Amino acid sequence: MDQKLVAVIDYGMGNLRSVSKAAEHVAPNNTRILVTHNPDDIAAADAVIFPGQGAAKACMTALQETGMIHPVQAAAKEKPFLGICMGLQVLMGHSDENKGVNCLDVIPGNVKHFEFEENSTLKTPHMGWNQIQQTQEHALWHKIPQDSRFYFVHSYYVQPDNQDYISGLTTHGTTFPSALSHNNLFAIQAHPEKSADHGLQLFKNFLQWNGQ
Amino acid sequence: MSLAKRIIPCLDVDEGRVVKGVQFVDIRDAGDPVEVAKRYDLQGADEITFLDIKATADNRGTMIHMVEDVASQVFIPLTVGGGIRCVEDVRTMLNAGADKVAINSAAIFNPAFVKEACDVFGSQCIVVAIDAKKVSAEGEDNKWEIFTHGGRKETGIDAVDWAKRMACLGAGELLVTSMDRDGTKVGFDIDLTRAISDNVSIPVIASGGVGELSHLAKGITEGHAEAVLAASIFHFGEHTVEEAKLAMQKEGIEVRL
Repeated sequence: MDQKLVAVIDYGMGNLRSVSKAAEHVAPNNTRILVTHNPDDIAAADAVIFPGQGAAKACMTALQETGMIHPVQAAAKEKPFLGICMGLQVLMGHSDENKGVNCLDVIPGNVKHFEFEENSTLKTPHMGWNQIQQTQEHALWHKIPQDSRFYFVHSYYVQPDNQDYISGLTTHGTTFPSALSHNNLFAIQAHPEKSADHGLQLFKNFLQWNGQ
Repeated sequence: MSLAKRIIPCLDVDEGRVVKGVQFVDIRDAGDPVEVAKRYDLQGADEITFLDIKATADNRGTMIHMVEDVASQVFIPLTVGGGIRCVEDVRTMLNAGADKVAINSAAIFNPAFVKEACDVFGSQCIVVAIDAKKVSAEGEDNKWEIFTHGGRKETGIDAVDWAKRMACLGAGELLVTSMDRDGTKVGFDIDLTRAISDNVSIPVIASGGVGELSHLAKGITEGHAEAVLAASIFHFGEHTVEEAKLAMQKEGIEVRL
């Protein structure tokens, strides 16, 4: 059987080990998970995972310094692509984080901070296990029950201009898009690599997905 | 539909082994961190915290290997504490597979380290551990101070002021342990937990004193904590994490089941 190559994009930030280990844990025998910062690997890969952590500005700077901007933008339009957490947020046009940062603009829209009323008991970061309401059928939701809990850690959330991109919604004071999808692209605010069985199932689904 | 309150079993580790007697009836090696972590994951633990109790340089290497082993087999958030003193320590633990590190005494000796760590790695992975003891007398307004060295050394720092300062420096979460209650099994210091939780906008984990399941819910309903941490009630097979969650759910608390 042909080998399938899945590139996990390494731009010098974040905990890539957790993502690659979780993907390896459920990968079929013919699938190779490669953590890489080489644009050639990303171009050659059959599918791409784009994890992220930290702040938007630092993330964009790291992408720039490692020459990853164009490879990521290209992959997000061409092949099965999974964005995770900051790897969802920097796909947007702009983020309000760090006094405003222009992002990859793969998905038109903005990234906003949670705003709660003065006397609210809600905490930021939104940290812990929350439910995702699946608003569209998608190959990546296969075998994951409606309203399953995933692990989240973030203080900002995405607002796509086009509501048709929304595949999942989550509520923390406000209801926000927690998963977006468009053609070959799926991106999720939660951390599937830390979301126990449902998270592993999502990786499994992604590794079997042809991007359609 | 909202965020679930978390239950976090805490494991003491020495030389890569879980110590202080973890007992499961059907587990082959109760000292093996991977086996123990897997068991808690199966029971529905929302996160697991590992504390390196000696935190010596010699212990460091084995701790790193332990984190690598656990992280490659257990896919829930892992926090590592004990002896995290500099940015390099944080980086090493995150690279090994930890999701968060808990900074305790190093924050007191060098508060700028907390800010530096948050700037480099993001607030989401920096937990500041606060060990507090009540210093006010009966009848006086409640007052707690920070203690180091397992509660033996006073610092004169007010615990609530300290919590606010740590939140300002960028900490993503606070692990608040009552040194008066730790090991007593009489329940959390609810006043302490609430005094801190109500004064910061970041999540607080209540710790110290859990002896029965009903204590956990109180940490949340009365202490206003986002998460509760416990060790012995889970280790000795008295209760499973699932039982603890069902008990919390009965009190109207949203949990992940």
